[in-house]
Amino acid sequence: MNLIAVFVENKPGQTARITKILADAGVNIRWVTIANSGSFGVMKFLVDQCDLAVQSLKRQGLMVSLLEVLTVEVGNKPGSLQAVADLLGRNQINLDNCSGFVANNRAILIIELRELAQARAVLEEQGLRLLSQEEMLGI
Amino acid sequence: MFWDRESETLARPTLQELQLKRLQETVQRVAQRVPFYHERFAEAGVQPGDIKTLEDARRLPFTTGADLRTVYPDGLLAVPRSKPVRLHTSSGTTGKPKAVFFSRKDIQTAADQMARSLVSTGITRSDVFQNMMGYGLFTGGLIMHYGAEKVGCLVIPSGPGTSERQLMLMQDFRTTAVHILPSYALYFAGFLEQRGIKPGKDLHLRKAFVGAEPHTEETRLKIEEIYGIDVYNSYGLTEMNGPGVAFECQLKAGMHLWEDNYLMEIIDPATGEPLPEGKTGELVLTTLNREAMPILRYRTRDITSIIPEPCACGRTHRRICRITGRSDDMLIIRGVNIFPQQIERVLMAAPQLGRNYVIVIEGLDDLTVKVELSASGFDGHVESLAALQQKLAEKLKAEIWVKPKIELVPPGSLPVAEGKAKRVIDNRSL
Repeated sequence: MNLIAVFVENKPGQTARITKILADAGVNIRWVTIANSGSFGVMKFLVDQCDLAVQSLKRQGLMVSLLEVLTVEVGNKPGSLQAVADLLGRNQINLDNCSGFVANNRAILIIELRELAQARAVLEEQGLRLLSQEEMLGI
Repeated sequence: MFWDRESETLARPTLQELQLKRLQETVQRVAQRVPFYHERFAEAGVQPGDIKTLEDARRLPFTTGADLRTVYPDGLLAVPRSKPVRLHTSSGTTGKPKAVFFSRKDIQTAADQMARSLVSTGITRSDVFQNMMGYGLFTGGLIMHYGAEKVGCLVIPSGPGTSERQLMLMQDFRTTAVHILPSYALYFAGFLEQRGIKPGKDLHLRKAFVGAEPHTEETRLKIEEIYGIDVYNSYGLTEMNGPGVAFECQLKAGMHLWEDNYLMEIIDPATGEPLPEGKTGELVLTTLNREAMPILRYRTRDITSIIPEPCACGRTHRRICRITGRSDDMLIIRGVNIFPQQIERVLMAAPQLGRNYVIVIEGLDDLTVKVELSASGFDGHVESLAALQQKLAEKLKAEIWVKPKIELVPPGSLPVAEGKAKRVIDNRSL
């Protein structure tokens, strides 16, 4: 599954500027996170119209990159995140970023890491379900 | 290819004979006609008759940039005030500029050495030459214009106009060569990328002449790669006619300095003593073929060395290396001498970085380098950018002994200057 990552300078008004571009294009944001690293930040979005969002942002001169991540559906119960983390850890796979939420009683993890293919194989082998872009947007 | 094969390939002894003859004439003339030099000769205890060999030139007094400001506006004229046909001034950052007068013959000499320079890179009359330098008091625009026109190119005097218009001219008139500031060439590449224009496919460019700003070999390679063209370095200064004083031939291995028009020396900038061929020091130039305003032993402040070996192109005029620094540009940070070019070299070697950078010094010698990412320099991971920052800071520390703060900014977000790029912002209140 792909997120849109946008490089922004860390100064007032940037989030408003970027979300306005998306709003004007009629793009709906389904999930967002902003990571700050000193003088700059990276905004990551899951949107309903990925291509349109990328085009609109690029046309305004922004640096945009598609970021492939894994979305894992886990049980909505204690120990679910621990099980995934333990599995990856035992296979020497490092997590770069992770976020999670529960919607309609479904627990979803969004995982950013470098060894995508290896992580996918390990998770699927354990019977965990990885969601596609369409499935994520359908939640 | 040669513009003037005979002059460009003169046997060394013949060339030196010509230099001596012209040096003697120049010294004789300024001693008689320029009170400034008359007095300086008296102070130095030297007379025109003392100049019997080229080595005797070192007995002559230096002329400095400060001298040119002292004699402003016309204290070095060696002809009646009615004779010059052109005035140029150097970009004076503080106070009065340096004024340089050209007679009709001087303009011809400048255009002629410019034509030699262009032809030495393979420029022909069928080239379409877009001159993107400032016209006006700055020599970079007009003198280059005259040279390219002399060769017979179709010259487009676009000046430093907007990128939009530059691109239109470039496409509509199938520009094959440009004269451009290196900083603008990098910026313009970003502009083309934004427009979705591929230089190799959508433009007809084959050569670029970059100058008027110090830049590194890494910058040249970067411009060559982005545009898929040959980029030639050149050297010039208003005091010495502007562009075309020295120019790279097609072999791109140092810049031929036109020795029939200039006598060159390399000196130790601290002591003023001449250094042997091949050693690095300050370039000192004497005009040998200037009518209106001859200048003796001019301290250029530019740091370079003479390449003693003959060039495979056949030209006998010796080459100088790329200017490695200008003593005026030197920064002193926490007691360390730093040339902005050292920082540029590190930045230009990183593929994730793009076009433009600014060095900011604040507070108590805190050094910040703001640099634009290249369009492909962002892979979506914050971690990659943080790692890049870290790596750059370490590489710079190894190069300049000061660890700067690195700020990565999006392409096109740093200001672009119309003239020479302002790379250093010194906000220290000392």
